[in-house]
Amino acid sequence: MLKYLIKRILWMIPMLIGISLISFLIMQLAPGDITSNEAAFNPKASEESRQKLRELYNLDKPVIVQYGLWLKRISQLDFGNSFASHQRPVLWQTEDKNGNITKGLIQEALPITLLINLLGIFIIFSISIVLGTLASVRQNTWVDRSVTLFVFVGFAIPGFWLALLLMYWTGVVNQWLPISGLHSPGYLNLSEFDQTLDLLKHLILPVLISCLSGLAGISLYVRNGMLEVLNQDFITTARAKGINEKKVVFVHALKNAILPLITIVGLSIPGLIGGSVIAESIFAIPGMGKLFYDAVLMRDFPVIMGILTIGSFLTLIGNLLADLGYAWADPRVRKGLVK
Amino acid sequence: MLNKFLSTASLISVFLLISCSNDSYEAIHYKDNYLVEDGGEIVNAMIGEPSNLVAMIAGDSASSAIAANIFNTLLKYDENLNLAPELAEQWFISEDQKTITFKLKNDILWADGKPLTSQDILFTWKLVTDPNTRTPYASDYLLVKEASAPDARTFIVTYEQTYAPALDTWASLQILPQHVLKDEDINNTFFSRKPTGSGYYQLDQWINGQQLTLKRNRNSTQGQANIDKLTSRIIPDTSSQFLELIADNIDFMNINPIQYQRVFPSREDLKQRIGLYKELGNGYTYLGFNLKKAPFDDIRVRQAMNYAIDKNEIIKGVLLGLGEPIASPYKPGTRWNNSKLSPYPYNPTKALALLQEAGYEKNADGILVKDGKPFEFEILTNQNKQREMTAVLVQRRLKEIGIDVKIRVIEWASFINRFIKTGEFKAVVLGWSLSLDPDQYNIWHSSQQGPGQFNFVGYENPRVDELLEVGRRELDTSKREKIYHEFSKLMLEDSPIVYLYAGYGLSAINKRVQGIKKPAPPAGIYQNSFEWYIPKALRRNEIAAQ
Repeated sequence: MLKYLIKRILWMIPMLIGISLISFLIMQLAPGDITSNEAAFNPKASEESRQKLRELYNLDKPVIVQYGLWLKRISQLDFGNSFASHQRPVLWQTEDKNGNITKGLIQEALPITLLINLLGIFIIFSISIVLGTLASVRQNTWVDRSVTLFVFVGFAIPGFWLALLLMYWTGVVNQWLPISGLHSPGYLNLSEFDQTLDLLKHLILPVLISCLSGLAGISLYVRNGMLEVLNQDFITTARAKGINEKKVVFVHALKNAILPLITIVGLSIPGLIGGSVIAESIFAIPGMGKLFYDAVLMRDFPVIMGILTIGSFLTLIGNLLADLGYAWADPRVRKGLVK
Repeated sequence: MLNKFLSTASLISVFLLISCSNDSYEAIHYKDNYLVEDGGEIVNAMIGEPSNLVAMIAGDSASSAIAANIFNTLLKYDENLNLAPELAEQWFISEDQKTITFKLKNDILWADGKPLTSQDILFTWKLVTDPNTRTPYASDYLLVKEASAPDARTFIVTYEQTYAPALDTWASLQILPQHVLKDEDINNTFFSRKPTGSGYYQLDQWINGQQLTLKRNRNSTQGQANIDKLTSRIIPDTSSQFLELIADNIDFMNINPIQYQRVFPSREDLKQRIGLYKELGNGYTYLGFNLKKAPFDDIRVRQAMNYAIDKNEIIKGVLLGLGEPIASPYKPGTRWNNSKLSPYPYNPTKALALLQEAGYEKNADGILVKDGKPFEFEILTNQNKQREMTAVLVQRRLKEIGIDVKIRVIEWASFINRFIKTGEFKAVVLGWSLSLDPDQYNIWHSSQQGPGQFNFVGYENPRVDELLEVGRRELDTSKREKIYHEFSKLMLEDSPIVYLYAGYGLSAINKRVQGIKKPAPPAGIYQNSFEWYIPKALRRNEIAAQ
């Protein structure tokens, strides 16, 4: 087991290098660089000045040299500084000689995105397991149909549209919830408890919206998984042995039906650091989605590469954890009976 | 594409919502006149976060908008767009027109209390022209051959050749403090996030990604502003901004023509507490041709395009009437605009006649054909809803006279690099936003056609070259006026681009903010924002947090 683990972890290094090289090359295929955005069409900014900027950012060097420079920096865990937001560090804060601290872009965007996504995943899984189980046990009744209807409606509603409607209803018409942003004006004067409360109030709508499509998908997944398991022979056996129905459903069936969800959880780990651009723009939340989207539009290479590297690292970790989770949950995998 | 869909859909949904509901906000009865009172806070919304607060190294408009409140320039434009003193009290131009001497105001201070002297101005000039400074704006200041600061109040610049836009350039260079920055690397300094300026305001707090708050600078070199705090909230989505505006969480925002012409007129309760303002911007939208390629190398074809496009229809359809047709690349109502010129009228018959003269014949399907080839081309534009809609209206009018137009929308950086820089286009819908100086050498002179330069349409007219050269050497305003009027006339005749419209900038401002000039002066309503005030009776509850 340990040997397997070490092998898997060591394998991640060439994978990461490969992924970063491909991302770097693909990024370079997109026409333009930071200078085609900043002041590109301002008659006061001359082409010579832009050429000079290109040289200062090493953008005039061949791609492979640029990649080498990047790799050299990253091997010391230095993610570099952003082009677009005036040399703000990509990953983590730096301190200058006067003790001023400049926070990293990812450092600031990640916690809020993580918080929203973790809350989202928690809500998605807890609700959809209940819904899915309910629908499968009561297959072809009104319960099942309304769950299915809910699932499809949730899937079909465009999130941004529902978001705007909810913002209008809860924020403008009724003033129950704040409309956008993360904090109320003057939140710094509040007590710590009230600050947390204020933040949570701001997060209700974004989390709700981010749950919507996931909720639909996962409950359908649980329902179908449960149906499959419920029709298997060992369930009939269990029932024949006279175990009560609750135990059959929740212990015997659900445990087996949930197994594939482990893979989904594992695969959603990299998704944890990615935010939705649309939701973040509408709710004015400075999260990872907006950070990445803006970086791509601005051709802010250090930020793009930083997020991609962390994202691919987490994907690999996620896969590893999913495999380990499987081994833990399924004795057949653990004992090497099935691969 | 996604963006376009989203913004249209969200607009429609917000519009529907807003037009069918009636919420209950207390009706305030506004008086005609309020006493000017000191203090209060005004909150606005911005689409993007400033990258930093040193304008010379920031490329984005959000940065310059905030920095303009914090820093001063030597000169400024007054409400009628004439140059006026800011840090400089007076300025003199030498006999040979190559040397400008600025006399600074007496006893002016930085926000930290240190004196602001001509050394700071010299320092700023050295900084902007330093090859290691990451600024795209150096070229204007590199024309200065010599700069000196003989005493604390005098700053002298000498140009190699007379340079007429010189004064304009000194109205845009924000002066930075030498005593704070002398040992700093301007490209990577904390100063850009915690600046010391000399303007009406100074930075109070910057919460990354969320908001910036400015508070009054007690040492302002221009006297005291009325409003105590300016807060800019960063809300990327304009529909969300609008919801915040009608929920009374922000005081002003830029709005779009639909909101101005449709939403507000249908909502009495909004009109009652939110004022609408419009002002002509400094930019215009045009259809530009590639003059190096057939068929637009033929002046008759370009003029035909100009006659075949109905500009008033575009203004009505795209801007809901909130724009002006133009006939020169200058803001209507300013001295540089040649008022004798008028735009090409919509005249498809004349357009067809010109095209026939150029050798085009209509075939059986009603398509114009020359030498067996149908007249077809592609209009490129970037992801900008107004430009896309404009292109569609152009397409429709050209189809009527037998030209097959396709439209292609491209992401900005790709657009610039793959098509504009390489000259691989036939026609584009784009816009120019211009400075207040009439010099447009960089855009229209025949020498400015290299990759990355701004005469990408490839316009060449020896007389225009001559006028542009003379124009930037002539400091006498009335002589310059004549030069640029002739330049505009030639441009209109040659028709290297079709002027489509100059749009109005639209703002919605809560009526608690008083002292806004209406109608807007030529320089726009924000020109006197330091005189705006919020009467105590109308202030938002200052402990707004719940």
